[in-house]
Amino acid sequence: MPTITLNRKVFDSLVGKKLPLEKLKDRISMLGTDLEEVNDKEIIVEVFPNRPDMLSVQGFARAFSSFILAKTGLRHYKVEPSKEKMIVDKSVEEVRPYTACAIVKNLHFDDEKIKEVIDIQEKLHITYGRNRKKVAIGIYPFEKIKTPIKFIAQDPKDIVFQPLEFNKKMNVLEILEKHPAGKAYGHLLQGKKKFPVFRDANGEVLSVPPIINSHHTGKINEKTNDIFIECSGFDFNVLQKCLNIIVTALYEMNGIVYSMELHYGNKKYVTPDLRPEEMKADINYINKLLGMKLKENEIRKQFEQMGYGYKNKKVLVPSYRADILQQSDLAEDIAIAYGYENFHSIVPNVATIAEENQFEVFKRKISELLVGLGFIEASTYHLTNKELQCKRMNTDAQLIDLANSISSDYDVLRSWVIPSLMEILSSNKHHEYPQRIFAIGTIFKKNDNMETNIEENDRLAVVIASENTDYTEIKQILDYLFRSLNLKYEIIEAEHNSFIEGRVARVAVNGKKVAYIGELNPKVITNWSLEMPVTAFELNLTCLFDLTDKK
Amino acid sequence: MEIDGIIATLHTYERKVLPILNETCRFEDIAAKTGLQKVEVMRALQWLQNKKLVRINKELQEQVVLDENGIKYKKDGLPEVKFLEQIEEKSTLEDIEKSFGLSKQELSISLGILKSKGAIEIKKEKGIVVQITDIGKRLLKNGFPEEEFIKKNFPLNSSELKDLDKLAFENLRKRNKIIKHHIVKIIEASPTELGEKIIDHGISEEEVIDRLTPEVIKSGSWKSTKLRSYDVKINVPNISGGRLHFVTQATQYIKRIWLDMGFREMQGNLVQTSFWDLDALFVPQDHPARDMQDTFYVKDPKYGKLPKDIVRKVKASHENGFVTGSKGWQYKWSEEMAKENLLRTHNTVLSARTIAKLKKEDLPAKFFSVGKVFRNETLSWKSLFEFIQVEGIVVDPNANFKHLKGYLKEFFAKMGFPDVRVRPGSFPYTSPSAEVDVWHPKKNRWMELGGSGIFRPEVVKPLLGFECPVLAWGLGLERTIMEYYNITDLRDIYSNDIKKLREIKIWMK
Repeated sequence: MPTITLNRKVFDSLVGKKLPLEKLKDRISMLGTDLEEVNDKEIIVEVFPNRPDMLSVQGFARAFSSFILAKTGLRHYKVEPSKEKMIVDKSVEEVRPYTACAIVKNLHFDDEKIKEVIDIQEKLHITYGRNRKKVAIGIYPFEKIKTPIKFIAQDPKDIVFQPLEFNKKMNVLEILEKHPAGKAYGHLLQGKKKFPVFRDANGEVLSVPPIINSHHTGKINEKTNDIFIECSGFDFNVLQKCLNIIVTALYEMNGIVYSMELHYGNKKYVTPDLRPEEMKADINYINKLLGMKLKENEIRKQFEQMGYGYKNKKVLVPSYRADILQQSDLAEDIAIAYGYENFHSIVPNVATIAEENQFEVFKRKISELLVGLGFIEASTYHLTNKELQCKRMNTDAQLIDLANSISSDYDVLRSWVIPSLMEILSSNKHHEYPQRIFAIGTIFKKNDNMETNIEENDRLAVVIASENTDYTEIKQILDYLFRSLNLKYEIIEAEHNSFIEGRVARVAVNGKKVAYIGELNPKVITNWSLEMPVTAFELNLTCLFDLTDKK
Repeated sequence: MEIDGIIATLHTYERKVLPILNETCRFEDIAAKTGLQKVEVMRALQWLQNKKLVRINKELQEQVVLDENGIKYKKDGLPEVKFLEQIEEKSTLEDIEKSFGLSKQELSISLGILKSKGAIEIKKEKGIVVQITDIGKRLLKNGFPEEEFIKKNFPLNSSELKDLDKLAFENLRKRNKIIKHHIVKIIEASPTELGEKIIDHGISEEEVIDRLTPEVIKSGSWKSTKLRSYDVKINVPNISGGRLHFVTQATQYIKRIWLDMGFREMQGNLVQTSFWDLDALFVPQDHPARDMQDTFYVKDPKYGKLPKDIVRKVKASHENGFVTGSKGWQYKWSEEMAKENLLRTHNTVLSARTIAKLKKEDLPAKFFSVGKVFRNETLSWKSLFEFIQVEGIVVDPNANFKHLKGYLKEFFAKMGFPDVRVRPGSFPYTSPSAEVDVWHPKKNRWMELGGSGIFRPEVVKPLLGFECPVLAWGLGLERTIMEYYNITDLRDIYSNDIKKLREIKIWMK
C-alpha cells in the first residue's frame, strides 16, 4: 500500500480547520488510512488501495474536511468546454486502445506545485495504474503543443525524439535499451510490432506511453501555466476515473479545467466528465447490514460527511470515487461517517452446534500418546530445499518446485517429514541426549486425480537420537501407537537408502502401506553432521485415519 | 544430641566416606578405600559439604601423560637408544638404514639427537660413516635419562619434576607426540571441626536404613530400625518430559474458544487454485496481492482444475457484477489465471469453499479454522514465509456489523486483550472492511492483529446462491505468541531449540 507525505501547511489550508494533535491522529485513523507520522511539517499516511482519490494532498484534505464536518457534501467542479481535439487512430487498438484527456490552465507552477503533480502521477501509476500497465499518465506543457493531437501506433524505428532528461534524439528501440524508464517499462510493450505514440499537429512526438515523454514537449517547469493531460490504457472507464482523480486535485490547486473532444473513428467523446454518478440508496439494506435504525435524514448527513450529495433518495457519487460498486460500499462509508468506534459490540444469541474436525481430533490424540512417551513436539515448515530432502537423506524423491520463491533455501514443498526432524537434531547437537522428538505435518506429491493435481497427506514423523537407540526401541513406539488405536499391522522387509540395510521395514495395515521404520544409515547421520545413532519412523496419518474404527 | 541428629541424616555413602577423611584427603584414594564409585564419592562429599561437615578443595593441576609415540617407545625403547645400541665402532649409513629396523624419520631424529649429545661422530669416508664416541659409550652404560623418564608411572605432576627428570621432560616435550600436557582437576576433602567431632563420636554403618526397599518392607526391619532422614532441601537434577510445541498449545486454546462459541472447524489443503484463494473472493486478476512477490506459485503442476458451475458465476461477478447489482470490476476475466496453483495466502480460501457448500437450511452457521498460510517473504526477525492464521465466518441472515465487533471482542477478551477496536480498512472481498487492533496494556499502544469485514455480495451470491451477510475475519497468531513468551525474533517461534522446548513455560490460558 502506498505511503504518501502531505505538506502540513498545504493540508491545513485546504482543510480550513485545525485540530489538536491527538484529535487529528484519531480522525485520520478513523477515516480509513493508516497513520504513520504527524509533525509540524508533514503528515505521513498509508492510503488503502480502494481510495486512489486520496493519494494527493488535495484529495486527502477534501475527504478529511468533510469527515470532520469542516466542509461537507458534494463538491462541484466546473469544466469549461473547448474544441481542442484528440484524434485516436485505429492502429492503437492492438497496443493501447484508449486515452482520456483534459486541459488544465492557470496553474502557475512553482517548485512545490510541480512536486505535488509529479507525486500524484507517480502514486497513481504505482497503485491504480498497476505500474503503468493499466493506466499510464502523461502531463505536458500545453503551450508547447499544437492541437489537434494524434494517438497512433507506429513502427518503433520511425519514432525518433529526445526522451526526458536526455540530450539527444534516438528511436524508441534505443530508448528501451538506454533510458532508465525504457529499461523499467519496456516489458509492457514487449512483442509489439508497433508502439503507441502521441504526436501533435506538427508531427512532434509528445510521448510513447507507457514509457517516456519527450524532453521538449513533455516536461513541465516553473514557467508552465497550462497543461495537457492524458491517461492511456485498456479500459476507458478506468482511464476516465484516473483522469478525474487528477483534474479534481488540479482544480483545487486553482486550475481551470477544459474538456477535450476525443475522436475514435466516427465516435466522439468529451472528457473529463466531472458530474457525479447517481445511485439509489437502499436505506433498509444499509441499516440491516450495519445493525442500525438510521433515518433518511441522518443518512443524508452521513453521506455528506463522506463527500457525497444526496437528493430524492439518490446518492450523488463524486466523479473521482473509483470504489463504489454497489450498496455495501455505500454502507461502508455510512459506517465510517457514523464512526466504527461508535458501534456497540453484540454477541447475538444464535444457537449453532460446535464441531471439531474429526481428523484434527485424531491428530491431537496421536500427539498426546507421544507426549506421554516423553516425546517433544516440533513445529516445522512445509517449505524446504532439495539438498535437505534428498541429498542429505541419501535418497531421491520427486519434489514439487515452487515457481518463484525468493529464497533458495525454501523453494520446494517437502515430500517427507523426517528430514525436517533431522534438521532439528542437527542444530541441537549441543543439547542433552537422548533427544526424542516428533512432528505432524503435511507432505506433497503429484497426483492427477486431485483438484490441484497435488496430493496432500499428513504424516507423523518420530525420531530418537541417543547412544542406545535401536530398531527395538523405535518399533516399541510404533507398537504402542497401533495397540492404542486397536489396529493390527504387518511388517514388510524393505529397502530404503536413508536407513541401514536389513534394519528398515515398511508397515502395512490391511495391505495398505502406511509407514517406513528403521535405523538411519550412518551415512545420513554424518551428512547431518551428527554423531549419535538415530532411529525413526514416518507414518501416513491421513491413510491411517481412514483405516481407524471411529466408534 | 545435635551430633546424633546429624548422624541420623547421613546416607550410606556419607557414612563410608567421612571416617576415611582422617586417613586421606585425595579423592581417588577415598574412592579406593571406601570401594565406592567415583560418582558416589563425589555425591557423598557434596552432601557432606552441604551439611558443613566437609570442606572440598578443588584445584587445577598440570599433569604429564604419554602421547601415542610415547606409549610405543615405552614398550619398544626410544629410537636413538636402539640406534646407539646397534652401532658398532663404525657403521656406514647404508648399513644402518638396511639393518636397524628404524623408519627414515626415526633415523634422522636419532642422528640429530645423538649428534647434539656428542654420542656419535659423523664422518665422510666411502659414503657416510657413523662412529660412537666415548660419551656415547658412557651413555649406553648409564642409561638415557629420557628413556628412564618414559618408563615412569604416568600421570606425573609437572610441578613436582626435578633435575634430570625435568631436563628429560623438556627434551621429550619438543619431540613429536611423545608426551602431552593434561589439565586435571584435583579434588581434596578434609573434615571441618564439626566433621571431626562426628568422626570422633563414631558412625555406625548399620544403625539406619537408607532406602526403603521391598525387602525392608517384607522383612519388617523398618519396625526396629530407623529410616535415615533426608536433607529435604537438597537440590535435585533437572529432568524433562514430553510436551506439545508451544504454538500447538496456543492453537488448541484458540480452537477451544471458537468451539465454545458454537463454531465448526474448517479444514483444507495448503495448495489451492488461484480460483478459490482469490477469484472466488472477488480479488481482481490484476490486484497487487497476486503478484509474484507476494504469493508462492507452484511451478509444476502449474494448474489445477476448476468447478464448472461456480466458475461461470464468479467470472460474471468479476466482469459485470453477476446478479448482485454491482458493476463488477469490468475487465475480461481469465480462466487460465484462475487455474494457477498457489500456496494458500489466507484461510479465507476455506471460508469460500465452505460457503459454496452451504444450503439455505444450514443457516445460521458459524465456522473457524486455525492453520498455516504462506507469503513469499525472506525469513527474518520480522517476517516469516509461513505462519498461522485464525479464520472465522458467521453466515447468518440476521448478522450485522455490530455482531462482527461482538465476536472479535469476545475472542480477544479470552486471549487476554479486553480492549478491541476496529477501524476502517480495505480488502477486496469485504465491505465494510475493518482492521482489528487490540490495546496492549504494557506497551500502552494499539497492536494490529488482523483484518475483518462483511463479505461483499459479489463474493457471496456466486458461491452461496443467494444473498446473506457473512461476517469474516482473519487474525494473526504469531504476534500474540511473541507477546506471551517475550519473543522478539519471529524465527525463534519455529527454531525448535530442544532446550527451549523442554523448558519454556506452558501456555497458561
